[in-house]
Amino acid sequence: MKIFRSHVLVCGGTGCSSSNSALIKQRFEEKIKELNLDEEIQVVSTGCFGLCEEGPIVIIYPEGSFYARMTVERVDEICEEHLLKGRIVRKYLFDESAREEKIKPLSEVEFYKKQKRVALRNCGVINPEDISEYIARDGYMALGKVLTEMTPTEVIQLVKDSGLKGRGGAGFSTGMKWSFAAPNQADQKYVICNADEGDPGAFMDRSVLEGDPHAVLEAMAIAGYAIGATKGFIYVRAEYPIAVHRLEIAIKQAKETGLLGKNLFNSGFDFDVEIRLGAGAFVCGEETALMQSIEGKRGMSRNKPPFPANKGLWGKPTIINNVETLANVPQIILNGPGWFKSFGTVKSPGTKVFALGGKINNTGLVEVPMGTALREVIYDIGGGCPNNKEFKAVQTGGPSGGCLTKDHLDIPIDYDNLTAVGSMMGSGGMIVMDEDNCMVDIARFFLDFTVDESCGKCTPCREGTKRMLEILDKITEGKGTMEDLDKLEKLAINIKETSLCGLGQTAPNPVLSTLKYFRDEYEAHVLEKRCPAGVCQSLLRYIITMDCKGCTKCARICPVGAIEGKVKEIHVINQDKCIKCGACMDACTFHAIIKK
Amino acid sequence: MKSLEELKKLREESIKNIEMRNTDKDIRVVVGMATCGISAGARPVLTTLVEEVAKRNLGNVQVVQTGCIGMCTLEPIVEVYTADKEKVTYVHIDPEKAKRIVSEHLVNNNVVVEYTIGSAEKQ
Repeated sequence: MKIFRSHVLVCGGTGCSSSNSALIKQRFEEKIKELNLDEEIQVVSTGCFGLCEEGPIVIIYPEGSFYARMTVERVDEICEEHLLKGRIVRKYLFDESAREEKIKPLSEVEFYKKQKRVALRNCGVINPEDISEYIARDGYMALGKVLTEMTPTEVIQLVKDSGLKGRGGAGFSTGMKWSFAAPNQADQKYVICNADEGDPGAFMDRSVLEGDPHAVLEAMAIAGYAIGATKGFIYVRAEYPIAVHRLEIAIKQAKETGLLGKNLFNSGFDFDVEIRLGAGAFVCGEETALMQSIEGKRGMSRNKPPFPANKGLWGKPTIINNVETLANVPQIILNGPGWFKSFGTVKSPGTKVFALGGKINNTGLVEVPMGTALREVIYDIGGGCPNNKEFKAVQTGGPSGGCLTKDHLDIPIDYDNLTAVGSMMGSGGMIVMDEDNCMVDIARFFLDFTVDESCGKCTPCREGTKRMLEILDKITEGKGTMEDLDKLEKLAINIKETSLCGLGQTAPNPVLSTLKYFRDEYEAHVLEKRCPAGVCQSLLRYIITMDCKGCTKCARICPVGAIEGKVKEIHVINQDKCIKCGACMDACTFHAIIKK
Repeated sequence: MKSLEELKKLREESIKNIEMRNTDKDIRVVVGMATCGISAGARPVLTTLVEEVAKRNLGNVQVVQTGCIGMCTLEPIVEVYTADKEKVTYVHIDPEKAKRIVSEHLVNNNVVVEYTIGSAEKQ
């Protein structure tokens, strides 16, 4: 095997790819060849590094130099200075690494320091399209160990002992799930990997598939051995093309290396994996709907029981695990349940990946031990809200979760604690909101999403959420009444209790939690016809203050001719004509137009 | 894949390639690679060091390059930093000398005194 003196790692995750990291990689390769360094330096495309805000990201080893916000134009200089002459190009480094005299390597940057990477351990470290790099990081050792040294019962017991809970949202014990399917007799059983990641803002499953696809394949094979299944399906969204592409390569390489297929490790155990593409319906993340979709039917959920472990895909015993859950499994097998329990909380051991988004400085993916306080994730790792704005709320768990306030910031994050305050872990989306966000509008946004995504099978979810949305629309337009608030709450509780599947049962959460913690904002909309954050269009008024110099710029720019006034005199906005587009406010050089 | 041993063998081979991406190491070997270093022959010294370290599986050694160290007449210069120990500076190094530094200094912890800057200045 060829040894290179330096490795240039270019992020090939979806985030950095969308800002041209493929071209950056290509330019590195060209320039390195031009400088005759191609025998000495390797350029590698990796999975996501997590700090997407600073992308495209390039890391150069052995120094571990962290170049942020890379552009194609900067490549030549880095090649000539850093790679050829050993001079790290400080001005292009990530701010924090270059702030002090001694350059900080990646591992010492605040964003990474507090993290504990288990599910993401290989993301941004290995080339996901090269199975040998996964093997170098102990890849497939867990599968080898399981097949040569353990019985299926022992495997299930080990996973049970670790306390691993499903990372897709519900948080059900993974070992228990496996133990339900194992004793069922059938000519065929199935393992399904649920990669139908649908929460707006959540992208941890995509990152694992893009950055470490073999970990998921290995875990599926382990699960197959544990329950006696020889066939696995990965149900992944078609809108994750990079993930699908890397999975295809991974499956091919695993088959060629004899790590998927017949008689693995000479144990007589066969396992094969196929990919099934989903068309992006949110409800297909629900396990019964997901199985319908794999079978080629319309994705709609059904009643449970029967549970998939008894009657699943094509009526056969099936287990369905989320991507992040599976990514933990090989590490648990190799390091033991004691290791896994050494971080996290007693009830929720291990780590959790969160997708930080919204009004936060370090947008990206972070993996922290369970029990880490929200404050640490949002401030220490996430860097707080940008532009010195005040933190207002954080939405955890996507459209199924709830909004939490600054009073909740010191809560140690785990399944039970989040549920207790009216939110949930969900898949780990974490959307931060600042003073400029209207909580009624946020609730409306998430409900709008679930109304669109309801499969329509059960009435409470199909009709109920729609009625809730109508009430919210009324409120944001300033036509709501106090009775509407009560009606909203009553409807929400009914929908939660009577819906068929998780989608409907959790859809009212954003409304309920904002009603509970931000009732004053709802009341301002209803009683004062005012949106405190200045978001809801219908309740906004643009007003010209005494600072107006009468330059006429606003009057000329107004698309509907709503502004009147003579030169050098204070102008006035005709509120009946105004369409609240905000063009005048942007145009005013004297900041004389305000939003109220 | 027929056995765990076969997989372990594959791992040992692959690990050499990615060991470099671990920055948490005790010994740092720095090669001056500015224009002066390169023209004096630092490049083959650097590649030899990288290859030797990989060949011997020295997981605790990091080989990095740096810019001009400031004593261009003594290039190629190789510096060895070990935690809690004084820095050792080797001068006028070529690939053969580099191999000796790896086997004697990095593996057996014996400084190759005759290549150090101290003995070069005495001459």
